[in-house]
Amino acid sequence: MELWHGLIKAIELIISLDPEVMEIAGRSLQISVAATVLASLICLPLASLIYFSHFPGKRALINLIQTFFSIPTVAIGLFVFILFSRAGPMGGLNLLFTPTVMVIGQMILITPILLGLTISALSGIDKAIPDTARSLGASQLQTATVVLREARFAVVAAVIMGFGRAISEVGVALMVGGNIKGFTRVITTAISLETSKGDLELSIALGIILITIALLVNLVLNRIQQR
Amino acid sequence: MSLVKTVALCQRYEDRDILKDINLEVARGEVFALIGPTGAGKTTLLRLLDLLDTPASGSIYFDGLEASRSDKLRLKIRRRMSFVLQKPVVFNTSVYDNIAYGLKWRGLARSSLQQRVHRILDMVGLSNGKDRNARTLSGGEAQRVAIARAIATEPELLLLDEPTANLDPNSTARIEELVSDIIQQHNTTIIMATHDIAQGQRLADRMGVLINGEVHQIGAATELFTSPENKEVARFVGMENIIDGVVAASEAGLVSLDINGKSIEALSDYPAGARVYACIRPEDITLSPSSAPSSARNSFRGRITRLTTVGALTRIEIDCGFSLITVVTTQSAQEMDLTKDKPLYATFKATAVHVLKRG
Ligand SMILES: Nc1ncnc2c1ncn2[C@@H]1O[C@H](COP(=O)(O)OP(=O)(O)O)[C@@H](O)[C@H]1O
Ligand SMILES: [Mg+2]
Repeated sequence: MELWHGLIKAIELIISLDPEVMEIAGRSLQISVAATVLASLICLPLASLIYFSHFPGKRALINLIQTFFSIPTVAIGLFVFILFSRAGPMGGLNLLFTPTVMVIGQMILITPILLGLTISALSGIDKAIPDTARSLGASQLQTATVVLREARFAVVAAVIMGFGRAISEVGVALMVGGNIKGFTRVITTAISLETSKGDLELSIALGIILITIALLVNLVLNRIQQR
Repeated sequence: MSLVKTVALCQRYEDRDILKDINLEVARGEVFALIGPTGAGKTTLLRLLDLLDTPASGSIYFDGLEASRSDKLRLKIRRRMSFVLQKPVVFNTSVYDNIAYGLKWRGLARSSLQQRVHRILDMVGLSNGKDRNARTLSGGEAQRVAIARAIATEPELLLLDEPTANLDPNSTARIEELVSDIIQQHNTTIIMATHDIAQGQRLADRMGVLINGEVHQIGAATELFTSPENKEVARFVGMENIIDGVVAASEAGLVSLDINGKSIEALSDYPAGARVYACIRPEDITLSPSSAPSSARNSFRGRITRLTTVGALTRIEIDCGFSLITVVTTQSAQEMDLTKDKPLYATFKATAVHVLKRG
């Protein structure tokens, strides 16, 4: 009966646009969108570079990237924590337990997915496309842009996958964010910590929002994959 | 001065020589056809000419400029030409954008770009479909888009790789018409690869026969048809009968060849004793039930060893001391009641025999 009661209350919280719920959900979106956008800005050109250049160990590098797709989030959390802790190499920046370091952590987390899936998106494009572009006078950069554009649906799908992983992860956000109320508390950290403190309504409300976001992400992905 | 020139051009893949010592010159305004069987190296050569690949050795000159290894210079030269690849791929965007790409990459201003694209769309007859996604086009239409976007940049040299391979006869005719239009309206220099010798003859001023990575002969179509310089070219231009023989007697341009004890008369200057090939087109050989009283000097009694009917034509192999291949219409094969083992006479004129020196 507690679950039923909690569910009703949670829906009330969402419908009434409860300030705390909205604030936490908004921060989650902000951090994960920022991480996805920034990581994409780095990863899309980098993936093109890897795809278009020939160097020894390229195959091995791509395999390694794919291995990191499912790296445990706490492993990344620990790595970033050590990096930015007071004694760590980046300790001087004083970023630990700030939204900024959460963005950085999530960027690192989704980089393998963005790189790997973008490279496979590019590999799916007919080899005659880059040749055709060059034969029509495209420079190397213009050729890479065309191939990326040809692969646009698969590339967007990769970015959305990255976003999905970022917004639903808890390890990094908790370890380097610290779940500070009103500052670094996001959906996943709130759920995992507030539940044990008994604030079931808040957790359920945030859970519903998270599932809705996940559903939307999947919906968009399906749409794209049908093209 | 020639627009394109190659000097001792060689290409190698995985230790296999694909192109050997290619020396070509194509003049500005000329239409040159590279003909040769599949696998001869035509595509490989065109890719080198478009500076898409780098040769194993040798040089390419464009308008007197050596295409060096500097990427910047190569791009600059490449932008003065266009290459329509053998397998046309269109970009996954509208027909209009497909044609506009090359112009955008060259930084053409928007207004002149629009004008140019519309003019080209008109020329290739695709104005109505300009907003369609190019992926939805038929093979023939896609090939027209491929040619359209190649000529939109007004290239000095247009490279076409088997522009009508895999197209139906209608689309083929349409593409050939388009290429003729380009030749007439723009006076563009064209190098096209084709395995269809008749197509080369229809469109080109000059042809080069590429077989097994080597240019065997360069000349006008009629020259290649009537005087192939070696056995490979002779076979490629349709002289299916290539018979080993020795010149038995030679006098005033007339020779008699000894073929396994039989004698073939032909026009040639080779001296007695020369080892030669007698090359004869199947269509120059006529069949008759009895010795033909014609002016033809060569008439041999033989037996049919094999008949193969391919649609309207029937191919017949005859053993008359040496083997001869001829073609007749399927209808006349039926009228003459040609069957296996049937004895008959194969006849051809001395002028139908092309004599080649045997190496
Ligand atoms: N990238 C490549 N790697 C290895 N072999 C190749 C490559 N490209 C072409 N070849 C070989 O070179 C030969 C010539 O091919 P190609 O130029 O495509 O002939 P054509 O266009 O006359 O049919 C073929 O035997 C082909 O297998
Ligand atoms: Mg080819």
